[in-house]
Amino acid sequence: MGRITLDKVRKAFGDIEVIPPLDLTIEDGEFVVFVGPSGCGKSTLLRLIAGLEDVSGGQIRIDREDATNLPPAKRGLAMVFQSYALYPHMSVRKNIAFPMKMAGLPQDEQERRIEGAAKALNLTDYLDRKPGQLSGGQRQRVAIGRAIVREPAAFLFDEPLSNLDAALRVGMRLEISELHKRLATTMIYVTHDQVEAMTMADKIVVLRAGNIEQVGSPLELYNRPRNVFVAGFIGSPKMNLITGAEAAKHGATTIGIRPEHLAISTEGGAWKGEIGVSEHLGSDTFFHVTVDGWDEPLTVRASGEVSLSYGDTVWLTPNEANLHRFDAEGLRIA
Amino acid sequence: MATKHSRMSARLMISPAVLLLLGWMLIPLSMTLYFSFLRYNLLMPGMEEFTGLTNYRYFLTDPAFFAALWNTIALVVGVLVVTVIGGILLALLLDQPFFGQGIVRILVIAPFFVMPTVSALVWKNMFMNPVNGLFAHAAKALGLQPFDFLSAAPLGSIIGIVSWQWLPFATLILLTALQSLDQEQLEAAEMDGAPWIKRFFYIMLPHLARAITVVILIQTIFLLSVFAEILVTTNGGPGTASTNLTYLIYMQSLLQFDVGGGSAGGVVAIILANIVAIFLMRMIGKNLDA
Repeated sequence: MGRITLDKVRKAFGDIEVIPPLDLTIEDGEFVVFVGPSGCGKSTLLRLIAGLEDVSGGQIRIDREDATNLPPAKRGLAMVFQSYALYPHMSVRKNIAFPMKMAGLPQDEQERRIEGAAKALNLTDYLDRKPGQLSGGQRQRVAIGRAIVREPAAFLFDEPLSNLDAALRVGMRLEISELHKRLATTMIYVTHDQVEAMTMADKIVVLRAGNIEQVGSPLELYNRPRNVFVAGFIGSPKMNLITGAEAAKHGATTIGIRPEHLAISTEGGAWKGEIGVSEHLGSDTFFHVTVDGWDEPLTVRASGEVSLSYGDTVWLTPNEANLHRFDAEGLRIA
Repeated sequence: MATKHSRMSARLMISPAVLLLLGWMLIPLSMTLYFSFLRYNLLMPGMEEFTGLTNYRYFLTDPAFFAALWNTIALVVGVLVVTVIGGILLALLLDQPFFGQGIVRILVIAPFFVMPTVSALVWKNMFMNPVNGLFAHAAKALGLQPFDFLSAAPLGSIIGIVSWQWLPFATLILLTALQSLDQEQLEAAEMDGAPWIKRFFYIMLPHLARAITVVILIQTIFLLSVFAEILVTTNGGPGTASTNLTYLIYMQSLLQFDVGGGSAGGVVAIILANIVAIFLMRMIGKNLDA
């Protein structure tokens, strides 16, 4: 169905190698998220899989067949673009019908699939409108509809939610996850937003400078980051990373502790510090605490409302079991 | 701040410019209208008299008028077809990345900067001349009979010359339009299984619709009044084979010294141009909305 294998895939633009040889297997029906900071090569990787860019080396296999040199249309993949890339002069119906028209499907089959997609995506009332008359979320759904009707082996999403406002983004996130559960088709999703990655993925691929830093389930990455980069990238707010003497005490170059694994107390504890800015979210409160003698303030989570204010002296105690230790190369120490 | 006061003063302050432009347009127009009702020949100065619609009757029943009308339409349509199709093809070509792109683009735009009289003379003497022209040499080199363009196909030759002048304009506008096309749309169409030719007809051409409309509207305005190219090449001949309305009016008023008849022709030309404008706006003007 939709098993995609990348075998030593490499991409260079001129002399600049954006993706060094890279191996990755995406199982059939999996929801895989490529995540990483801007410029890490995640979109390029997606475009290589789509066939919109030529690989400089290596092999891409889709369902065990070599697809390295197949044109995009022959790979049986459907892509949803960041800008939606709807055809502005065509109605929603024609937009959705376009890939089927190109494939030469019979008219009644086209109609049937359009109806199905429109019903699934709540677009039935908008079929005769032009994309310009739709809201951002609706356009996004049309783009997804255009992908669904092709019944592809896999869906490729290139930062599809980054043009939507925050509330809509949460809603569309759920819709895409639901779609995945219903269709059970392989989906590859590119984002720089680690919250999207954590909430949607079966498997996250963290990329940096074209290299795969870690592959794993969201919780695996959260609980056992393989290196300092993944530790700092996954999780919101970020994991606190501490270097220097304190880290050496634990036999590491860098130690990391997540905000929720620090206990805050006004009486006593391991590290004494002073409260800076505090962020009250209602369910949680995040304190930025400057520990005496350290440059970087630590972020601490406290449940619910805690009545501490700017300038108060507090003590922080890390939960030793949840302490992450990294060596000089930034790799995790068991 | 659009208060009552500021609106008043704004109107007051733009009124001199508006009045000037209004006078600029109205005075020649009303004088033309006035002359068109006079028997007014420069060979008989001081003998002007009101003749009603006689000038119009003579102008509209002149066999040369229908020839000129047809030639005008053929010239406008012919040049539009050549420049729009040629412009699209050139724009597609120039949109591709290739070595020396910048220089080639300037070269393509260059003909637009050559004065119509100059370019028409160059075409007439250096290319189309049946004895010395490059085309004649080329034909002789191939062992063919040289073709006398300006006598054998006068209107076609003029269409060719004018198209050459306007091709850069069309290319330039269509190229900018093509460059503003969202690349992701083309990629999406590619993923949707559309080969190049279908991407062109389904995605690029609809995207170019507005630019093509602009090209057609602007060129029509200028092509209705092509004059210099005809004057320096064929003088409207042979016979009336390459006389358009503008040239016919020129002949009437300045070669036959008939100011009254020429003015009547001018008024007819204005009316025809407006009919064309209305039809054009009806047919393709909707592309400019939204």
